[in-house]
Amino acid sequence: MEPAVTLRGITKSFGPIQALSGIDLDLEQGEVLALLGDNGAGKSTLVKILSGLHVPDSGTMTLDGKLVDWRRYDVARARKMGVETVYQERSLGEKQPLWRNVFVGRHLRNAFGLINVRREKEETMKLLSDVLGFRGVGIHPEARVAGLSGGERQGLAIARAMYFDAAIIVLDEPTTALGVTEAGKVLSFVERLRGEGHSCLFVSHELHHVHRIADRFALMERGRIATILKKSEISLKELAARLLLGGERKR
Amino acid sequence: MIGFFIRYRRQALVTLALAGLWGIFALAAPTAFTNARIYRSFMSTIPVTLILTLGMTLLVILGEMDLSFPSVSAAAAFVFAFLHAKIGCPPAAAMALALASGAAMGLFNGFLVVKVGVPSIIATIGTQFFWRGLILLLADGLAIALSSIRGHWLHSLFVGRFGPWEIPAQALWGLAVAIVLGLILNRHPFGDAILFVGDNRKTAEMMGIPVDRVRMTTFTLMGFLAAFAGLLATLELNNWWPTQGEGYMLLVFAAVFVGGTSAYGGQGTIYGSFVGAILIGIIEAGIVSAGLVGFWTRFIHGLVIILSVSAYAGMARWRPHG
Repeated sequence: MEPAVTLRGITKSFGPIQALSGIDLDLEQGEVLALLGDNGAGKSTLVKILSGLHVPDSGTMTLDGKLVDWRRYDVARARKMGVETVYQERSLGEKQPLWRNVFVGRHLRNAFGLINVRREKEETMKLLSDVLGFRGVGIHPEARVAGLSGGERQGLAIARAMYFDAAIIVLDEPTTALGVTEAGKVLSFVERLRGEGHSCLFVSHELHHVHRIADRFALMERGRIATILKKSEISLKELAARLLLGGERKR
Repeated sequence: MIGFFIRYRRQALVTLALAGLWGIFALAAPTAFTNARIYRSFMSTIPVTLILTLGMTLLVILGEMDLSFPSVSAAAAFVFAFLHAKIGCPPAAAMALALASGAAMGLFNGFLVVKVGVPSIIATIGTQFFWRGLILLLADGLAIALSSIRGHWLHSLFVGRFGPWEIPAQALWGLAVAIVLGLILNRHPFGDAILFVGDNRKTAEMMGIPVDRVRMTTFTLMGFLAAFAGLLATLELNNWWPTQGEGYMLLVFAAVFVGGTSAYGGQGTIYGSFVGAILIGIIEAGIVSAGLVGFWTRFIHGLVIILSVSAYAGMARWRPHG
C-alpha cells in the first residue's frame, strides 16, 4: 500500500537559518507517527509545510500517491487533498459560534450560493452529540468557542477533520496546554482516529502521551530526521533518554 | 423564547433603547411625532448616516476602522459634481466614475494598512486630511451648484419621492444596502471571513482564509459606500460643498457602537447598526421638536452612547452560554 504521505528531500531555510535540511519521511496508512524533537529541531516548520502554510525550498511530497504541486498548495488545497491540521491553539475562532467554526472555508451553500445555516447547525448538533458525545447546557451549535474547555476545543477540531473525512490529520502539540483529564480525552480521540483508518502525524513534547498512542517515533534533530523507531523497539524511559542525549552526543 | 432573548440580547437592547427614546419624544412632542412629515424627513437624512454606519460596521468587525470616510465621501461627490457641472459629463457616467473613485480611495486605505503596514487608525487620519486638502485645493474652497441635475431620472432614482406616502428613495437604498450587507455578513463566505479575521488574524490564516485580500476588499467596500452616501447627500441638496461629510464622523462611530458591535472585532451585527443609525439619527430632530434648544443634542448623544456601551460591557462580562 502507498504511504499516506511521502516526503523526500524537503529543505527550508529562513534567511540564514536552515530549518529543514533534507527530510525523508513516510507516514503509513492508518498509523500514528509521533514527531519528536527539541525546540528548533524543525518540527513546526515541517507541520506548516504539510498544512500548506509554508512552501519548501526543495523536495517533493506525495499524498496517497499523488505528487503535490507546491505552486498550488495552500491551506485550502491541503484540506481538499485530505490534510487537516489541529493546532495547540488557534484552530478555532474564539468569538464565533461552533457551527461557523466547523464549516469555515467549506460552507454548505443553498441554491442562491448563500450559507445554508440551518443545515450547518443540524450537522454541527449531530457532530456534538453523536461524534463527540458532548452534553450540557453550553454545548449547542450557537454556543461560542470561548465557552468550551481546552479538551472540548481540541475535540471539536478533531471532529471537524473527521466530518470532512480528512485522510491525514496533523496534530501539532494538541495536548500541550491541557490538564491531565482533558489531555486524556484528546488522546482517546486520536485513538479513535486511528481506529477509523485516519493517518496521524502527532507532534508533541509530552513523551508519555506520545508513547501511549504512537505506533512509531520519528526523532528530529537540527532539521533532519535522526532516527525512526517502532514502539516495540523502545520503552518510554529509553525514548526520554534518547531525546535528551540525542542533541548532546552530536555536539 | 428566553434563549432567543439571551442570544440576541444586544439586538434586543438597542431595539428597546430606540423604542424608549421614541416614546419619550412622542410624549414630549406629540404633534411632531404623530405627523408623517417628521418620518419623511428622517427617511431622507438617516440613510446617509446608515450607509456609512453599515460599511463601518464591517470594518470594525474586521478589527479595523476608517477615519477618512468623510473626506472620501466629499471627494467622490466632488468627482461627480466636477465632471457633471464643470465638464458636462452625462450624469450616469459621472456617477459611475464617482463611485469608482470612492472604491479606489478605499483600496488605497487598504493598501496603506495591509501592504505598507500602517495601523488603520493612523493611515486613515492621513488620507482623511489628504483627500480633504486635495478637494479644497481643486475646488478652490467653493461649492458647486448642481441644479441642472434636478428632474433627471438619476436624481429621481436616488433621491426622488415614491408612492402615495412620498417615501424618499434614499430610504429604500439604505434598506437595500442593509439587507445586502446583512446577507453578506451572515450568509456568505466573505462575511464569514470578516468575522474570523476580526476574531483572530492568525487563526484565520491557519484556516486558509486569504486574510490580506479580505482586509483590502473591506476597505474598498467602505470607500465605495462612502462615495454612495456622499452622492445621496449631494443629490438631495443639489449642491456640493467642500466641507461636506465632516459632521458624520462621530455620528457613524456612535451608531456602530450603540448598535452593539464590539470594538475588539470579531463580533457585530448589521441589525444593531441599522437600529443604532436610526436611534442616533432621530435625536436631533426629536430634541428640537420637543422644544429644547439644539445644544442638548450632543449631550443626549453622549448619554445614549455612554449608557449603551456600558450595558454591552456588562453583557460581555455576564456570559450565560453563548
